[in-house]
Amino acid sequence: MKLNELTIKEASEKLAKKEISSVELTQACIDRVKKVDPKLNAFLFLAEQSAMLAAKEADKQIANNANTFLTGIPYAVKDNILVKGTKTTAASKILENYESTYDATVIKRLSQAAPVMLGKTNLDEFAMGASTENSAFGPTRNPFDLERVAGGSSGGSAAAVAADEAIFALGSDTAGSIRQPASFCGVVGLKPTYGRVSRYGLIAMCSSLDQIGVLTKTVEDTAISFQLLAGQDEFDTTTLPKHVPDYTRSLNLDVRGVKIGIPKEFFIEGLDQEVRNIIQSAIKQFETLGAEIIETSLPNVPYSVAAYYIITPVEISANLSRFDGIRYGLSVAGKSLDEVYFKSRSKGFGAEVKRRIMIGSYASSAGYFDAYYKKAKQIQTLIRDDFTKAFEKVDLLLTPVSPHAAFKIGEKADPLAMYLEDVFTGPLNLAGVPGLSVPAGATESGLPVNLQLVAPHFQEEKLIQAGHAFEQALGLKLKPRLTG
Amino acid sequence: MSISKEEVERIAKLARLEFSDAEKEKLQKELSSILGYVDKLKEVQEEVKIRHFEDEEALNLMREDVAEPNANPEEFIAQAPEREGNYVKVRSVLE
Repeated sequence: MKLNELTIKEASEKLAKKEISSVELTQACIDRVKKVDPKLNAFLFLAEQSAMLAAKEADKQIANNANTFLTGIPYAVKDNILVKGTKTTAASKILENYESTYDATVIKRLSQAAPVMLGKTNLDEFAMGASTENSAFGPTRNPFDLERVAGGSSGGSAAAVAADEAIFALGSDTAGSIRQPASFCGVVGLKPTYGRVSRYGLIAMCSSLDQIGVLTKTVEDTAISFQLLAGQDEFDTTTLPKHVPDYTRSLNLDVRGVKIGIPKEFFIEGLDQEVRNIIQSAIKQFETLGAEIIETSLPNVPYSVAAYYIITPVEISANLSRFDGIRYGLSVAGKSLDEVYFKSRSKGFGAEVKRRIMIGSYASSAGYFDAYYKKAKQIQTLIRDDFTKAFEKVDLLLTPVSPHAAFKIGEKADPLAMYLEDVFTGPLNLAGVPGLSVPAGATESGLPVNLQLVAPHFQEEKLIQAGHAFEQALGLKLKPRLTG
Repeated sequence: MSISKEEVERIAKLARLEFSDAEKEKLQKELSSILGYVDKLKEVQEEVKIRHFEDEEALNLMREDVAEPNANPEEFIAQAPEREGNYVKVRSVLE
């Protein structure tokens, strides 16, 4: 087995036993990026020099036995998360030359364990999209089929982990942006509870929904990497001072007697037959493992996409007003201050970003606010209550992640069709609950399909428990046949 | 649901964005289609009191106002398109 193909667990054991060095491991990942990334476009920036320096430092720590699970492990970061010493572009022309002035809290927290930051990954511009086609720097291709999308918006992070370019990666999820690309690329993706992980240093899209999470090769690796991210941060007041459990402990628990709800609203007509079959056999698998399967209902979930595409654009139109060509980022000269604003923004933002700013400005303008935003926020409250009620009877929910496997590049040219990609993932963000996207099978043509596990607020350990038990029982090993 | 060209122009002005005529026409269609879909919201008649995550947790997080060493101002100002000394230079607001 090549070193870059190792999981966090495997690599850290080999590092601890001095069977391999972080320098060798990091070099293997860098070689892999150089070999396959010209085809994939998962990385926007490879930090080769600083990564090799970090690997040497990690090796010193390991030599002194001062290492933890993540010491010397190469990882990739979605390019909307600030890492000092790198550019952070959010895959937008408006930030093409923006130098990160500080480390995001998640980077600071990881740094305590001295992992190796390999580089920054591609995304839909400002994380707005579900395919990474909205990147100003070209789409990321799916490692399982280069004609297809990697999903989005964390498509670069998902493809990088699936193609063994990085051992794990960070992503962000506002309506499915970790879970859906994880499904399209056959890796594990965690969207934590709103309030569990600090967003300080994440370029804000929709502040009331954004959450940072991890993309990994196994659920065990999710537990290991998520452990360091979780917890309160004084720089993000949405993070709560709640106890952070030892997530790796949940790996030893089985699912006997665990009540799993199957919400009927997720098994709609538009659900692809192959995906339906994979999810059905996953449900049977859980039954075999001793879980109790209970049909349940989340009646307001069918209104999620409509509510989401008001709440999000309204927040986007406010959050992105900071990009004005004055303090940083792309600036176009003009005769007046207003002209600088208009010209810089119009040149710097891509079509989807402008579209969302327009929807948000419309929905929040005088005369429309009550009809749209207030209504959407009411429906969000109803959706939250639906989840709370469901969790009175069950421990977890199980649903598909996406109605289908990865689609072809260019297939969803209609913006509304792309918005409907969030149909199964967006409700969790609106409710603030955590979700785990776990590989469950593949279509006949070999495209990965994940299932989604949902837990009550701040109970990620339940996701890890059930996800790990399922993964072990299934024994699925999906690897892209990437040549090059 | 139909959005007129004038409405597109009005919103664009609010959003500090400018569009060509062809772009405006495309936006008219796209916004009409998206807002048409969003009209689904009106099917939900139930009126509820909007609650936020923060309300339920009933938390008001405070911290002391203490000055701490932070990033070097030079690093921030260096990113400004135009500067004069330690100031970001902008066009005058009042003519």
